[in-house]
Amino acid sequence: MDVLIDNLPALLRGFRETVELSAIAALVALVLGTLLAAIRVSPVPTLRWAGTFYVNTIRNTPLTLVYAFMAFAVPRLDFQVGPFRAAVLALGLYTAAFICEAIRSGVNAVPVGQAEAARALGLTFTGTLRHVVLAQAFRSVIPPLGSIFIALVKNSAIAEFFAVPEATKVFDDLVRDNPDALYWLFAGVALGYVILVLLISAVFRFLETRLVVLR
Amino acid sequence: MSSVLYDAPGPRARRRMLIFSVLGTAVVALLVLFAVLRLKENGVFSARQWEPFTDPGIQRLLFKALWATVKAALVAIALALVLGVLLAAGRLSDHAWVRTPATMFIEFFRAVPLVLLILFLFLGFSDELAFIGRIFGSSGQGAFGPLVVGLMLYNGSVLAEVFRSGVAAVPRGQAEAAYALGMRKNQVMRMILVPQATRIMLPAIVSQCVVALKDTALGFIISYEELLRQGRLIYTNFGNIVPTLFVIAAIYIIMCMALSGLASYLERRLRQRGSRVVALDPAAEMGGGGSAVGEPAELVR
Amino acid sequence: MRLRTLAAGVATLALALTACGDSETDLGGGGGTTDSDAYEVVADPSFAAGSTMARLSDAGSIKIGVKFDQPGIGNKNPSTGKPEGFDIEIGKIVAGQLGIAADKIEFVETVSKNREPYIETGKVDMVIASYSITDKRKQIVSFAGPYYVTGQDLLIRKEAASEITGPDSLAGKTVCSVTGSTPLAKIEEDYPQAKTEAYGTYTECVDRLETKSVDAVTTDGSILLGYAAGNPEELQVVGKPFSTEKYGIGLKKDDTAFRGFINDSLQKAYDNGDWKKAFDATLGKGGSEAGEPPALEKY
Repeated sequence: MDVLIDNLPALLRGFRETVELSAIAALVALVLGTLLAAIRVSPVPTLRWAGTFYVNTIRNTPLTLVYAFMAFAVPRLDFQVGPFRAAVLALGLYTAAFICEAIRSGVNAVPVGQAEAARALGLTFTGTLRHVVLAQAFRSVIPPLGSIFIALVKNSAIAEFFAVPEATKVFDDLVRDNPDALYWLFAGVALGYVILVLLISAVFRFLETRLVVLR
Repeated sequence: MSSVLYDAPGPRARRRMLIFSVLGTAVVALLVLFAVLRLKENGVFSARQWEPFTDPGIQRLLFKALWATVKAALVAIALALVLGVLLAAGRLSDHAWVRTPATMFIEFFRAVPLVLLILFLFLGFSDELAFIGRIFGSSGQGAFGPLVVGLMLYNGSVLAEVFRSGVAAVPRGQAEAAYALGMRKNQVMRMILVPQATRIMLPAIVSQCVVALKDTALGFIISYEELLRQGRLIYTNFGNIVPTLFVIAAIYIIMCMALSGLASYLERRLRQRGSRVVALDPAAEMGGGGSAVGEPAELVR
Repeated sequence: MRLRTLAAGVATLALALTACGDSETDLGGGGGTTDSDAYEVVADPSFAAGSTMARLSDAGSIKIGVKFDQPGIGNKNPSTGKPEGFDIEIGKIVAGQLGIAADKIEFVETVSKNREPYIETGKVDMVIASYSITDKRKQIVSFAGPYYVTGQDLLIRKEAASEITGPDSLAGKTVCSVTGSTPLAKIEEDYPQAKTEAYGTYTECVDRLETKSVDAVTTDGSILLGYAAGNPEELQVVGKPFSTEKYGIGLKKDDTAFRGFINDSLQKAYDNGDWKKAFDATLGKGGSEAGEPPALEKY
């Protein structure tokens, strides 16, 4: 117990890093995932194939490997990336594939008749997309997005092995110095993650209820 | 081809699509070309970087590592199925004193990062868990036990939710009819719901195998001799990190794609027969810590 | 990027040979090894009854904790699966004096985390794993040796040679080392102006150095020399050691007789040239000189 109190600043620093990493990666993933989803539902076959290829490749690659590629292969493209940026890229690129799938299934879940009716009313493609399809898809995408962001936070723990001083890395370092306090340290760090997860859960539950009211 | 977003294209739209198609191909091709040229310039494709993989000893090492990966995934999934059934039974129980602990157990292991869990088990319990490695002939420093148990706890918790959704997905009339025939809850479960649910959730279970397979890569952090770890052995000797990563990624992608393909084949077949299907939600497929607290696996149709 | 070892040529040759189906060819890597009969194996040695030496000698086998991921020092050859390196050779020398042939040695991987527990619980009979002799460790285990002395140094890109001349010029630079290692801790404590990055192996650090993602890699000079030799056009070692690392052989605390025996074995290897032979076959492959063997500390 004392170990947790004595090292509270270090632990909090670790969790701040976790939150920063996750937040920026989530933003990257959201933008990229939306783009990918647009590509995957677009009428242009080549773009669609490229999108499908990307999603299928990423979905079948362990995240740890994606991290390794960002840390060691990206510098070979003559882009110098620090550990934090490499981790943001890895998490962002990986998560984007899953966000894309969530959005795509949200779009596909909108009944075809809705869009047909909109087009029959003379709405343009963008009009149909904005007012009819996305408006409805967005709502059904919220819950899976919440779970994806939670998974993202947990996946940020892998960044420990790629030189990012986030919470799991702090745990690892503290255990090295205080091997006897393993249980307390695990309990403390696990609790930190549980709190983060519950927070994200709460935010998305709130969003969900708000959007239901809006409808 | 009509989808929710657009009707079958007319001549003008087709022309526009062609232009976009060409542009899109050009952009994608340029990006790939750029990456390949840069990598080539930086020596990633030089023969010396790839030569080690033509050596039979290295190939044998990779095959052994592949087997270690598959073995860990198989054992973990088998254990996770058992744990998942137990936990799902707990969650579906009528008794709160069974239901509450089962729920808390599931929520906890779905909230903690798998890395943290495996690390903790390795640091704290490798001696206690060494027997698992001995049973499956994988003594390797006692890393097998912690890895498999970590994967079991996490995947078991996810599978429990899959099972629960599977049972819930069986049309309600089935259970009602069974109760009407005078069956007890136990019988209804065993004879009516579970057999039908199993079929419905088979695709989700196979998808979860892909997740477990991918997550075995976390074994490298506790020096379990799986693909990534042995890849490190190769590149510490030959300084060919990027080629090694490519080789290992290719192995993983081929393996996982085959399994994913099986999952979607099963799903398609079920749909064709007009059956309901339980699918993993995208977050569960992310692995490493899976889907949200309290979000059950997605029920499609 | 180039192969970091002189083994490139060997590897090519080996590949030509393996085309015929012989899979036991040495692909080299950073390891380096000697023939199985390179060192003297004492026939039928006699030891005081009840001593560790008598026990091991009678059993005819010994368990030695080594590193598996440090080319040149202690490394598992990925092709043959056999451990190679200077530490391994030292193990063979000592085992030979116990009358145990090289193929009867069981090499067990020990990492920094589990070296002391493995010695205390008898999972290994001794540890030879670039294991620095420190006062703190002496309270838990005993050390024979040192059989090699090196110091923490910096590996840099050649073009930065004028900028980085030693640990004092690291302000604002990024230094890479292995997670949880002593060299990393030393930089963090003594040179806090330097930024640090840590990975699982030095190879990963060296890769980041080559791609200019970090400015220096730090660890024992002996290890860095091997990497510099692998890519002499781009990399160099600064050559100003800022610590003294004495590699010792770890054994159970207060097993004085065993420690004395190992020290005698080492002394013998110093005198008959086996020590130099071991060095030239492993660390020396990177081009560094063996120099004089260090004086043993018979405390």
